[in-house]
Amino acid sequence: MSFLSGFTDSDLWHSFIRTPTALVSALLTLILIAGALAAPLVAPHNPFDLASLDIMSAHLPPVWMKDGDPAFLLGTDDQGRDVLSAIFYGARISLLVGFASVLLAVLIGVTLGLVSGYLGGRADAAIMRVADVQLSFPAILIALLIDGVARGVLPREAQEHMAVYVLVFAIGISNWVQYARTVRGAAMVESRKEYVQAARIIGIGPVAILWRHILPNVLGPVLVIATINLALAIITEATLSFLGVGVPPTTPSLGTLIRIGNDYLFSGEWWISIFPGVVLVLLVLSVNLLGDWLRDALNPKLR
Amino acid sequence: MALLDVENLSVEFPSRRGTFVAVNGVTIAVQPGEILGVVGESGAGKSTIGNAVIGLLEPPGRIGAGQIRLDGQRIDDLDDDAKRRIRGRRVSMIFQDPQTSLDPLQTIESQLVETIRVHLGLDHRAAQARAVDLLRQVGIPEPELRVKLYPHQFSGGMRQRVVIALALCAEPEVVVADEPTTALDVSIQAQILTLLKRLCRDKRVGMIVITHDMGVIAEITDRVAVMYRGKVVEEGPTSKILGDPDHPYTRALIGAVPRPDLRLHRFPYVDYIEGIAEKPAAISLKDHWLGRSRDFQRRHDGPLLELRDLSIRFPLNTAWLERNRRYVDAVKGVSFAIREGETFGLVGESGSGKSTIARLITQLYRPSGGSVVFDGTDVTALKRDRDLNPFRRQIQMVFQDPYSSLNPRMRVLDIVAEPIRFHRLAGSRAEVNRIVRDLLDHVGLGAKAAEKYPHEFSGGQRQRIVIARALATRPRFLICDEPTSALDVSIQAQILNLLKDLQEELRLTMLFISHDLPVIRQMCDRVGVMRFGQLLEVAPTEELFVSPQHPYTQELLSLMPNFRGLTHRGLDVEDRATG
Repeated sequence: MSFLSGFTDSDLWHSFIRTPTALVSALLTLILIAGALAAPLVAPHNPFDLASLDIMSAHLPPVWMKDGDPAFLLGTDDQGRDVLSAIFYGARISLLVGFASVLLAVLIGVTLGLVSGYLGGRADAAIMRVADVQLSFPAILIALLIDGVARGVLPREAQEHMAVYVLVFAIGISNWVQYARTVRGAAMVESRKEYVQAARIIGIGPVAILWRHILPNVLGPVLVIATINLALAIITEATLSFLGVGVPPTTPSLGTLIRIGNDYLFSGEWWISIFPGVVLVLLVLSVNLLGDWLRDALNPKLR
Repeated sequence: MALLDVENLSVEFPSRRGTFVAVNGVTIAVQPGEILGVVGESGAGKSTIGNAVIGLLEPPGRIGAGQIRLDGQRIDDLDDDAKRRIRGRRVSMIFQDPQTSLDPLQTIESQLVETIRVHLGLDHRAAQARAVDLLRQVGIPEPELRVKLYPHQFSGGMRQRVVIALALCAEPEVVVADEPTTALDVSIQAQILTLLKRLCRDKRVGMIVITHDMGVIAEITDRVAVMYRGKVVEEGPTSKILGDPDHPYTRALIGAVPRPDLRLHRFPYVDYIEGIAEKPAAISLKDHWLGRSRDFQRRHDGPLLELRDLSIRFPLNTAWLERNRRYVDAVKGVSFAIREGETFGLVGESGSGKSTIARLITQLYRPSGGSVVFDGTDVTALKRDRDLNPFRRQIQMVFQDPYSSLNPRMRVLDIVAEPIRFHRLAGSRAEVNRIVRDLLDHVGLGAKAAEKYPHEFSGGQRQRIVIARALATRPRFLICDEPTSALDVSIQAQILNLLKDLQEELRLTMLFISHDLPVIRQMCDRVGVMRFGQLLEVAPTEELFVSPQHPYTQELLSLMPNFRGLTHRGLDVEDRATG
């Protein structure tokens, strides 16, 4: 409890409750995440249950239009799947891929950044040159490349259920550089401070110094980048799925739904891709706004 | 009617946690040609007065009550436009740090000419001539050439002269100087103070000098106002205040100033500052945990620490080929020895290599030549952690900056316990906790400090945590690298007392590094003087202060501020220099 009261007394919390943008975007993010997590409870249908699908109820418009069916609030897609339910389940996959790939990128980036910043010299030069090379390619290209290689290596029958892991790996690997650079700079600053020298005088080894002393002091900016990159990772996943190299149509993410709907957009069935698209925009926008607020609130120079 | 009247001034800073009153009912006055000193410790509100006078209070600060009158006219309630016309023209300011108070992208000339033209309305050519004339007045040689240079082409002292020229360029009636010499080395401080004094007399300017330094006060002010927590507790002619102060705070403050001309056994206790217990019960080494540091066996009878021809050089570039590399010799052939139980002082100006020697002894740097011999063992020859750790345990260090020498994310308990756990000096978790609490109690913080984080403590209290951490390995040898130069003078006095007490009780051997000669005099048995990485002279402290041998030492001693006028009342004097 004392921790909680310490937090509600902090400047960060104060800035949060006084920034309407932050409040609204946090609320929206929470609703979307809660909806995605509770998809089996709140979704009216299970779009993955092939037995419940009825091809007769395919291509139904939203309920307020002519021919709309009250059972399908936002209409159905070409296989008779309820669009609303598909969005709940799709957001789940989008968020899962987003969070997992950010976590992977943070793990790789922070570790390499710490080693690079603390040791310096050759290790630093080697890691930073790799980072430079990777930065000269667009992240989406690297993700496409890894995805393509993985598809070539994996056996056909494994591809379907490995697709999510391949995506996480591809997006995670293509985004670690930013963390590594930030952490490297911060670790260089921290490792010259006197508390690190005190630890070295005591005799404490480099691993313990990095873990106990430097890591907790460089995590602030990592948190900010991770929030902003979460939105980026969700977009990347959607892009890859839209291009057809992401998750398969049997377990659609938001990007897959938009791609499916894209084929019917010009035949007037706009709801299949527009609704998932709107949800994707809302999700990315609210996470981004939250990240922007966090960056400003943690930066004393902007206050 | 005085030139500048500050009457019953209050400045407040509202925040969501309530309103903080930084200045509370202050009344001061300055006459033409007079220098008024405002002295106090950090947080006393002295800079806030200066900012209020010049009309540059940082938001959300505001004047809550009182008046500021220039030549009888109120200037505190003017609108921004009118304030801007006064600022620089009639009232101007000299800032602390000459590195940041000049625009690095403009030449000195364009900065001076712009200010002159705005305030005096001269044409470009006349303004240029005036700029050169001003530089000559503040003692810059070859002003016609120097005026074309950029700020980075000047040294720190010369830059402060330019700042002074800038402040004087519109012939102001009042100048506020906020810590004008704090960022400068002692040799330059003396020159700047002389310059300020001369300009003030010649131009009949009223000057307010804001400082924490009793030396500056004694050197140039005519009258002085002593501030404590937003209030002026005492005001009067400088000689009266320094020689015969009435208020107990002034007396305590003066008592805490280290003197070059006398050595105190202990500084008097200032109970105005922090709730620190005066003196914890002395430790009996026989049955105290810290006493078990005597478990080290002396291996030989020579000095405890010996530096033999120690050198280190740092590469200036990272060329692949050896012959293309350039080096700077940070420490060059330094040899000295420290006997067990003595306090050895190292003194020198910034960049003289004092701190590098501390880092060589603690093995943070590897020497490029020579050796560090601790208790008969050449520590620099040891490579493996297993061999080095026993020595790391015996040699500990107290750092200069108490704000960066504690990990902000760790509780005080974990900070102090870390060395105990690492060197396995205690059996159980409960024993570690008990020892940490005892240590914190002993450095005057109280056992409750263990549960808090460093940011909850002031600078002086943090330095006590740093000392507790250094003691946690039960060391025999303690290096203090400028341990008090970031602290206020009364807090410095308490920390120096603590170090003295600990040394006596624990029979510690100390290396005490400082740029401050009076502090060295209070603390050390023998002193080494350093310049440009070389040791110039080693002598017993009294001998060095009375009859310095090396010309550089003589110069350093002659630049020390003159404290002859300060009262000796209530001081526990050990001995006096006659020189």
